[in-house]
Amino acid sequence: MMKTVIIDYGSGNLHSAHKAFERAAADHGIKGKIIVTSKADEVAKADRIVLPGVGAFRDCRDGLNAVDGMREVLQQQVIGLGRPFLGICVGMQLMATRGLEHETTQGLGWVAGDVVRITPNDPSLKIPHMGWNTLKLHSDHPVLQDIPTGENGLHAYFVHSYHLEPTLPEDLIATTDYGGAVTAMVGYENLVGTQFHPEKSQELGLRLIANFLRWKP
Amino acid sequence: MLKMRVIPCLDVKDGRVVKGVNFVNLVDAGDPVEAAKAYDKAGADELCFLDITATHEGRGTMLDVVRRTAEACFMPLTVGGGVRTLDDIRALLLAGADKVSINSAAVANRQFVREAAEKFGSQCIVVAIDAKEVAPGKYEIFTHGGRKETGIDAVQFARAVEALGAGEILLTSMDRDGTGKGFNIALTRAIADAVNIPVIASGGVGTLDHLAEGIRDGHATAVLAASIFHFGTFTIAQAKDAMAKAGIPVRMTKGT
Repeated sequence: MMKTVIIDYGSGNLHSAHKAFERAAADHGIKGKIIVTSKADEVAKADRIVLPGVGAFRDCRDGLNAVDGMREVLQQQVIGLGRPFLGICVGMQLMATRGLEHETTQGLGWVAGDVVRITPNDPSLKIPHMGWNTLKLHSDHPVLQDIPTGENGLHAYFVHSYHLEPTLPEDLIATTDYGGAVTAMVGYENLVGTQFHPEKSQELGLRLIANFLRWKP
Repeated sequence: MLKMRVIPCLDVKDGRVVKGVNFVNLVDAGDPVEAAKAYDKAGADELCFLDITATHEGRGTMLDVVRRTAEACFMPLTVGGGVRTLDDIRALLLAGADKVSINSAAVANRQFVREAAEKFGSQCIVVAIDAKEVAPGKYEIFTHGGRKETGIDAVQFARAVEALGAGEILLTSMDRDGTGKGFNIALTRAIADAVNIPVIASGGVGTLDHLAEGIRDGHATAVLAASIFHFGTFTIAQAKDAMAKAGIPVRMTKGT
């Protein structure tokens, strides 16, 4: 039976994320178990891995490092064995080489690039970028299947002041417009990350989660 | 393009919606979870619960309401009312709130805002400011439901809580709250222009035009209303239609 784990490393409440994954699976007839875990050995047995995260980059990185064996298991499962991986919000930012929030912090180093403060070209735009925005697709992705993008597409819920700027243009899957392009989604091979919160994005979110649960990279 | 948000707010006392919610097809109009689900379907952009419970037991009930709402609604949820300690915030976030709004406790002790933002992240710390116009162009913070004046300048306070790490400001025009006469636009603009974090305009919405005014003239990026939605005067879709016609970018959904 397929097992999906949502990693709990002390960054925020994962109860509603858990419920959103269960709902998406049920709505789309996807069988399998979805569990929230803080144990590296559970992650080692998982078929799919979700890394959420809220708050500051450094706090999240430290929180992840503090879980015994988690970094090693993640590296082995995601990079070594190619398990489908979804990073959400700061969980996505952690995929970067470095985070430049407050100070320079090393990330997981899976997506070449830095996490930098968003700088809208319109100074009246508020930071954080908070609320519902549409996606501009840069390259098609199975996780976005059946999700209308573009100005008339579905909306995703964002709340962030920093974003991941990938070094390689091909790692950029989607952006959103907030006084210029802001990274909304990155990925390659079996890794994908969303700056927005699928678990808070109603229709778009539930479809994306279902797509992730069916994704065979 | 970022869409301006429409946020219905439910007053909850001892786990029940105060005044009830006048929705068709609602099994139990007094159940905040039912109301939240209805607003979720209707295309609300976020939800806000204001806990006006006075007792300790009632607080536990509120956590259960938040938990059940978070299980059923996959949209952002802000909870406020009586938030005084880091433990209060932790309990609400663990129950499933995405943001917690701090009111009197921030006025009494600004450092609480810093502690909360450092502990849980600015993204989940909303500071609720209740203000009145005390002289033309002069706005002051009031507490205790608008009865107690503090002598604190609202604009300076807004700047201060932004510097301390607040991620958003929920601004209520206390001189308009419950009147249906619309937001105090000058107050809203004074605060929104003074800070670089999002401001939610609240207090006084009586017509759909008021919503657009809060954004276009008040420079808020979200509008919060209670009565016009709860009593069924207007639907979320009507609110968004009116805002779109006024040239405000909103997220149109298939909701009714």
